[in-house]
Amino acid sequence: MMSKHITRPLLALYLLLSLLPIYWMLNMSLKTNAEIVGTLTLWPQNLTFDNFRTIFTDPSWYDGYINSIIYVLINMVLSVAIALPAAYAFSRYRFLGDKHLFFWLLTNRMTPPAVFLLPFFQLYSTVGLMDTHVAVALAHMVFNVPLAVWILEGFMSGVPKEIDETAYIDGYSFPAFFVKIFLPMIKAGVGVTMFFCFMFSWVELLLARTLTSVNAKPIAATMTRTVSAAGMDWGVLAAAGVLTIVPGALVIWFVRHYIAKGFAMGRV
Amino acid sequence: MKPYNNRAWFLILPVILAVAFSAILPLMTIVNYSVQDILGPGQSVFVGTEWFQMVMRDSELHGALLRQILFSLSVLAIEIPLGILIALTLPAQGWRASLALVLIALPLLIPWNVVGTIWQIFGRGDIGLLGYTINQIGFSYNYSANPIDAWVTVLAMDVWHWTPLVVLLCYAGLRAIPDAYYQAAKIDGASRWAVFRFIQLPKLRNVLMIAVLLRFMDSFMIYTEPFVLTGGGPGSTTTFLSQYLTTKAVGQFDLGPAAAFSLIYFLIILLFCFVLYNWMQRVGTGDAK
Repeated sequence: MMSKHITRPLLALYLLLSLLPIYWMLNMSLKTNAEIVGTLTLWPQNLTFDNFRTIFTDPSWYDGYINSIIYVLINMVLSVAIALPAAYAFSRYRFLGDKHLFFWLLTNRMTPPAVFLLPFFQLYSTVGLMDTHVAVALAHMVFNVPLAVWILEGFMSGVPKEIDETAYIDGYSFPAFFVKIFLPMIKAGVGVTMFFCFMFSWVELLLARTLTSVNAKPIAATMTRTVSAAGMDWGVLAAAGVLTIVPGALVIWFVRHYIAKGFAMGRV
Repeated sequence: MKPYNNRAWFLILPVILAVAFSAILPLMTIVNYSVQDILGPGQSVFVGTEWFQMVMRDSELHGALLRQILFSLSVLAIEIPLGILIALTLPAQGWRASLALVLIALPLLIPWNVVGTIWQIFGRGDIGLLGYTINQIGFSYNYSANPIDAWVTVLAMDVWHWTPLVVLLCYAGLRAIPDAYYQAAKIDGASRWAVFRFIQLPKLRNVLMIAVLLRFMDSFMIYTEPFVLTGGGPGSTTTFLSQYLTTKAVGQFDLGPAAAFSLIYFLIILLFCFVLYNWMQRVGTGDAK
């Protein structure tokens, strides 16, 4: 591998630069608004937790987090569950229209959202799903499922086909083989896919805002609210921003082993 | 060669249904809008390709399209090599790897409007660390007045925000390479560069294809972040396609032209992605020979 004398400082520099804006947000979240707008201070001079207290005590704030977490989890579980068999089919078989379908899936990520919001609104009103968590989860599947299929297919294609054949000779049924042998081999892929589904659904704003009003209003939409009234409430906004990172950081902490370990060919 | 088996359709059916539900109907609605002049609820006139012709001749649109292409190409040219490089520097296992992964992924987890807001403050010359530092070094920097500064800030924001995606994909791809390959390379006495060029890069082809396509299409549709950061300004120097479209659709409420614009927009992305996809697939099989 590359010499540690080069890689360590390079990685450290990248991490430092990439964490600076996040530090700045954390810094802002612990200041009063007067201090944020007044002067440049590298750390809070008058440390205050009021911004966080506002979020944890006001239901219109913390409900946003709960709503977002609910629809993101529904979306993540459903997307990965239906993408797994599909990715297997694409990686192992040829069938009528396979190549076209595979590319068509991805084209669903290519629709510029601005104008598509109106038809989405009409569609979900017609089927009576407006302002529900399921609506946002379903709408987000349009861009998450194709991505899940693509990523999983890549990892599955990396597993030699001989492993499938050996398992069948050993008497495994397809479901038993898939769960007991195949899934553990593509753990890394499943981990990455789950994280990406979580992430893209968590940060999306336009669709989530269009399909909800009160009961399922996501946190990202709640945050646009701070622009109103007496100017920007920078402190609360920054505190809310800091808190939006926490659930995702937990998810990646849980799937980190799947990403880091990968698989060794000789294990099966 | 993969066996031919049409029963594989049963395995992909759930995916098709789930995606088609929210994809086909809205797309058809847009097609419907794009050929009609909508005067009011229930009142519309078929106008054929009139909106398409109007949109194609729009010179402001050409400007936005050129800026958009330049932006997306810059994004790819910076983020893909940087992402691969960082993925290579990450340790393979241990608590350092876990910690680095979590820290690297943090920018991805921030909602897009918040990303814009952070950088709006972060880049300000009076109260933001970035703007203040650059001004102290001696460069005059003001992203809300100087077009070049605005461009660099939007680009820097995108690199900061999205390089982690490339890193994570490449890192997972690298971990999936069996040790046997590296051992064989060691026996052959291969150089570090040869290991990268002939083992790691070909094995990364699949994840890199996803990374390139994703970064291309998402950067081509970038909206929320520059909208919050610069509002498209100064002037229209950072008004990318998506924002121009939104001004058309929402601001002037021209549903017909906006729909025609959306379809053309979609077809441009489709064309680029198709070319990229086929090109990357050919490059990969060329290596295998």
